[in-house]
Amino acid sequence: MLHLKLKIEKRLERFKCENFLISVVSLIISLVIMGIFIWINTGNFADVVETYKELFTWPFFPELGLVDTILKMIPLALIALGLLVVFKMKVWNIGAEGQLYLGAMATTWGALFLFKNMSNSISMITLLLIFGAIAGALWALIPAILKAFLKLDEIVTTLMLNYIAVYWLNYLIYGPWKDPKGFNFPLTAVFPKNSWLPELGDTGIHIGIIITFILVFVTYFIMYKTHLGFELKIIGDNPKAARYSGISIEKNLIIAMIFSGALAGLAGSIQVLGVQHRLQHGFSTGYGYTAIIVAWLARLNPFSAVIVAFLFGGLLVGGEQLQIVMRFPISMISALQGLILFSLLASEAIFKYRIKITKNDPIKIGGEFNGNT
Amino acid sequence: MLGLRKKNLFVIIIMLVLLFLFSTVQARKFKVAFVYIGPVGDAGWTYAHDLGRKYIEKVFGDSIETTYIENVPDSMESISIFESLAKRKYDIVFATSFGFMDAVLEVAKKYPNTVFMHCSGYKTYKNMSAYFGRIYEPSFLAGIIAGFMTKTNKIGYVAPVSIPEVIRITNAFALGVKLVNPDAKVHVVWTNSWYDPATEKEAALSLIDSGADIIAQQTDSAAPVQTAQEKGVYSIGYNSDMRKFGTDSFLTAPVWNWGVYYETVIKDVMNGSWKSENYWGGMKDGIVDLAPLSSKVPTNVKSIVEVFKQAIIKGDFHPFQGPIWDQNGNLKVKKGEILSDQELLSMDWFVDNIVGSIPKSSE
Repeated sequence: MLHLKLKIEKRLERFKCENFLISVVSLIISLVIMGIFIWINTGNFADVVETYKELFTWPFFPELGLVDTILKMIPLALIALGLLVVFKMKVWNIGAEGQLYLGAMATTWGALFLFKNMSNSISMITLLLIFGAIAGALWALIPAILKAFLKLDEIVTTLMLNYIAVYWLNYLIYGPWKDPKGFNFPLTAVFPKNSWLPELGDTGIHIGIIITFILVFVTYFIMYKTHLGFELKIIGDNPKAARYSGISIEKNLIIAMIFSGALAGLAGSIQVLGVQHRLQHGFSTGYGYTAIIVAWLARLNPFSAVIVAFLFGGLLVGGEQLQIVMRFPISMISALQGLILFSLLASEAIFKYRIKITKNDPIKIGGEFNGNT
Repeated sequence: MLGLRKKNLFVIIIMLVLLFLFSTVQARKFKVAFVYIGPVGDAGWTYAHDLGRKYIEKVFGDSIETTYIENVPDSMESISIFESLAKRKYDIVFATSFGFMDAVLEVAKKYPNTVFMHCSGYKTYKNMSAYFGRIYEPSFLAGIIAGFMTKTNKIGYVAPVSIPEVIRITNAFALGVKLVNPDAKVHVVWTNSWYDPATEKEAALSLIDSGADIIAQQTDSAAPVQTAQEKGVYSIGYNSDMRKFGTDSFLTAPVWNWGVYYETVIKDVMNGSWKSENYWGGMKDGIVDLAPLSSKVPTNVKSIVEVFKQAIIKGDFHPFQGPIWDQNGNLKVKKGEILSDQELLSMDWFVDNIVGSIPKSSE
């Protein structure tokens, strides 16, 4: 009997700038689908043009929304940089949102209570940023230890810790940290001016952007130029081989999680010191979750992560503008943003793999999968 | 190769810029924007504001253009939206959540040509007003109805977050209950969120399970009304007329008529007579009201409610007139006295027929 088999396998031949081309092509595909979707919805082709015009001009022009895009890029990039390192060893830290919250909370504690009378702005800010990073790192250390020594699944523990962080923040802003002059509203007092992140000139962009760029190089260095980065890669590729060659998975896991948590905590710290200037609800719009997608789309490359974070910030800002100008409901904006992501991920699969139809005998079912990885 | 690409990019950018320039040269309409914390489909708070937006669209027709932005985070994150509205030269921006206050103030200082209307806050500026309505008045009337209709003398109340506004309105409701039924108690459960249908449902269920036969609410979704309908107890909605969610259970709801107020604001801005203020209108201004009473409410109760409504409108009666005691039995308002607006705006205590406590700050 003749057996026709569909086989999915990795394409071996690669072409130049493959990753870049895939991204561009998939973006175009998603824009076309999106265009048809909008056309059907509004029945007017001019709306499609208008939508693209908004999406590609407003977020990226200086007099318009460029500053907003950059302000959204900063936390996304920082968190994504941390996530790259753990994702490299195939540890799935879903808890960046909680680590961000802890960073923001620790910074608030420092700014409003511990160091509130500090007169030197530079040392106060430095201290507060370090404080935030440490808090985020400690929050990430919990699931790291649980995984290293009790083999608890980090996806579950990191995710659960997010909820604890959110409720902890609620407790603080509804309770002990509530602004005494705030008419009982759930927010803290405004931080002392000394602790606000300085702006770069008159741009409206705080110095968080410099910290972000420095950390891009730090992350790159760690991942590609250090022993640690090499070990992380080996663990990610083949944990058994790593173990046999004497690499301590537990040690690397803990270091990577601390790094990842510290960057998320730093992002939280920067958000409250640079943008919010107080702690309140909604200070994060899910940056910790969005950054997972950023890290993934950047294919775990630190430099791409910044670019992707920038484009993603643009997508968020552009989405707001589409509501204003095109009067699209928020659900439609989310659908459009989802569509872009979906095409990016799907086309990666389509371009990197191919479907091969083979005639072969049914006995060889076993080792089909390990072929070309 | 690189040169060609750069050239292409340049051409594309020029085209985009031209496109942008051309599309901005259009006939000038009066532009009004609404920034919402929740989705317009919440059937409550945001929905009520959006009814106001639709109302002014109808009133002003082609002479204005409105837009809205939903689900905006209640913090400084919202600043990019307010700034872009100002950059797009919107004439009036209505910001309908307390948490937008600081972001609005910061943008208002930077863009003097846009009028910012901030709902439920207290900060104002040259081009920024605060506005709100005395919805405690219809809430008091709703309390009267609840006091008459309860049989178990246990009235459930789903409350969002423990700010003075919510405490004041809950107190007014409880005072209405007490006026006609001194034995009834109002049991308060907090959801700690303005809009969270799942938690609101849980809260309503727990109240019904513990014996409440009327569910009132101050949260933004219709979930408590729906839950009351499922469980066969009466409900009193909030924000907007929620009767379609509880065909058998719904009694009434204190409701917002924002459109009436929005119309006057827009007219004032159009003819240049607008001034920054701290507006707090009541039933006599039409900004708040009680939704039409359901047929379940007996005629004599209806007429009592009507008497109090007229008395409040005329100023002959105030829901917060003494004597009023707090939960610890302290006399907070003496007989013959009325709480001042200042005291109402910073209220942080419950009246004596409320069961439940206010989460307090330790300072």
